[in-house]
Amino acid sequence: MIASSRSPLIWVVHLSVILLVTLWTLPTAGLLISSLRDKDQLAVSGWWTALSTSSQNMTGRAASPETQIERDGKFVIAGNLLESGVAKVSAFGFRPLQPTAFEAGAVADIGDGQTLTVKDDGSYEIVSSARMEGTRGQRIFYTAAVPPRFTFDNYREVMRAAGIGASFINSLTVAIPATVIPILVAAFAAYALAWMKFPGRAILIAVVVGLLVVPLQMSLIPLLKLYNGVGAFFGVPAKTYVGIWLAHMGFGLPLAIYLLRNYMAGLPREILESARVDGASDFDIFIKIILPLSFPALASFSIFQFLWTWNDLLVAMVFLGTGNDELVLTGRLVNLLGSRGGNWEILTASAFITIIVPLIVFFTLQRYLVRGLLAGSVKGG
Amino acid sequence: MQQLIFAIATMAAGVLGCAAYFFGTNWILDKLFPSKGLTGPVASRNLRITNAIRPWLFLGPALLSLTIYLIYPVIASVWLSLHDRAGENFVGLNNFIWMFNDGEFRQSIYNNFLWLLVVPAAATFFGLIIAALTDRIWWGNIAKTLIFMPMAISFVGASVIWKFIYDYRAEGTAQIGLLNAVVVYFGGTPEAWVTLPFWNNFFLMVILIWIQTGFAMVILSAALRGIPEETIEAAVIDGANGLQIFFKIMIPQMWGTIAVVWTTITILVLKVFDIVLAMTNGQWQSQVLANLMFDWMFRGGGDFGRGAAIAVIIMVLVIPIMIWNIRNAAKEMEGH
Repeated sequence: MIASSRSPLIWVVHLSVILLVTLWTLPTAGLLISSLRDKDQLAVSGWWTALSTSSQNMTGRAASPETQIERDGKFVIAGNLLESGVAKVSAFGFRPLQPTAFEAGAVADIGDGQTLTVKDDGSYEIVSSARMEGTRGQRIFYTAAVPPRFTFDNYREVMRAAGIGASFINSLTVAIPATVIPILVAAFAAYALAWMKFPGRAILIAVVVGLLVVPLQMSLIPLLKLYNGVGAFFGVPAKTYVGIWLAHMGFGLPLAIYLLRNYMAGLPREILESARVDGASDFDIFIKIILPLSFPALASFSIFQFLWTWNDLLVAMVFLGTGNDELVLTGRLVNLLGSRGGNWEILTASAFITIIVPLIVFFTLQRYLVRGLLAGSVKGG
Repeated sequence: MQQLIFAIATMAAGVLGCAAYFFGTNWILDKLFPSKGLTGPVASRNLRITNAIRPWLFLGPALLSLTIYLIYPVIASVWLSLHDRAGENFVGLNNFIWMFNDGEFRQSIYNNFLWLLVVPAAATFFGLIIAALTDRIWWGNIAKTLIFMPMAISFVGASVIWKFIYDYRAEGTAQIGLLNAVVVYFGGTPEAWVTLPFWNNFFLMVILIWIQTGFAMVILSAALRGIPEETIEAAVIDGANGLQIFFKIMIPQMWGTIAVVWTTITILVLKVFDIVLAMTNGQWQSQVLANLMFDWMFRGGGDFGRGAAIAVIIMVLVIPIMIWNIRNAAKEMEGH
């Protein structure tokens, strides 16, 4: 690196990194931009065109003949196809197969002695020499150029209708306790494994290291049976928040103990020795010295555990259930993918709500996350 | 809202309960076998007893929960895999025989091996390249943060993000999926990418690679910085160019770390479930073991025997890495 930092090759490096960063951020950027777009525009044009005016083919219906007024001996139905005044109509038609047969402002003969005119501001007039019959208005097809529109409507919609709001609370309910409770349990165990002498310590450490990689799938069925059994025995529901907290604790403990033990074992021995000489018991040493010193490791693990419990789908589906009331955000998103698979305005906004919390945690606490990763992997190797 | 208050209350209760357990048991231990203020044989005997008991008080809750949530289930899964769908009648190896004759299972194994071949290699490769490149530029840390970011996104969230990229509209209409838009721009025909058998595996793998590259990058970047300057300087003096330094000096010193990254991602790949469930749910021949297992857990009321048998297969695939990890940890402990 010393050699090449002065060479012209450095521009190649800059460019390749720009390319890679673009590749890696573009997908998320697309999601965010799309979630803020108007849903009609989102459905017909790519998010990269979000800033340009889009042209959309739309269908409208003129007011019913009952609203016709008589003017200069002719019967006229008038109105405006566009609700907002910002779009521009470029072409219109009255047959589904020829939706753009006439330019804006042209006069179209729609038969029965009636004529239709649509101006570029969306106002239309149907003029007939005879009184028009019927109750349904004439269908009008038109192409409108719609300027870019950004809105929070999609978010309002998913918070209200798609159940995302309730799931957000469910996710919090799962993730926070499932992060806090294991830390305390793991910290005590890690201290014992790092600094207390007792028979079998080495074996226990090996067991923890082994359990680090046990696939979750191994635990699912036996635990499901166990939970059902316990639920039936005590007459309580098998799928509860307490159940999922304990499950997340069990699955998170190996990493927690491993990370914290490595960290605690690296603390200087002298501090502990001098405290012991002063007559402090292990309990005092742990509470008053080790725990405060271990803050960085505790922070690393809590970030891991929070991200993992918030992002988890499998454990929540098995131990909390898939009913409407208990769905966490990830589960809700999977459901929406199935039921509203084509409604990208719903999906993008929902997805962004599910990832916003982890992203905030990530950007504010990245330092600890990196530190935890390094402690968990490099040292272990 | 009510639910959140309930959660906070339970959390407080849980934490307090935990704290009460640790404080309480230690207090009782100190009361039963006091050593403070005492001298002579009684004090030393009490000290010995408390020192023998206290580690187990500290370890108690952790061991209990590890046993219930990981150790017992491993044994029980093996036991269940030898029983019928309700877990009552012993059927020997029937579940495994069924499995190897089942087309969907063979498809899953095949796909899983594809995943195992591609994802760890690609994520490690990109991670290494990015780590090496970003080390040389002033805005490297910003670049790293952005590439690391997908790590925080759930698999399901990432699936939605990528499903949007793979979105397909009939030929002739405007494509709103980025991939098809690019393909059309260059004159190709749009495809429904996730429904193409065999190739769809790779489109799903991209998602995991996208997420895991940041992890590989962070670890490998630290390893790159840990390489002693002298070895690089010596190579420079000997006239090695940038590429030679990278491949002949740096990489060989990082094999240990690369192996750790590789195995970590390998384990993740074996457990991949959310992505497949969200993208295809195993349709169009994209099934993998973890999703197949989940499927059998609930299919037709649930076949626990077959589900457990598939889980056992996943476990068997993990065991070599587990042994390797334990041996490494043991080696490190000796040096401690």
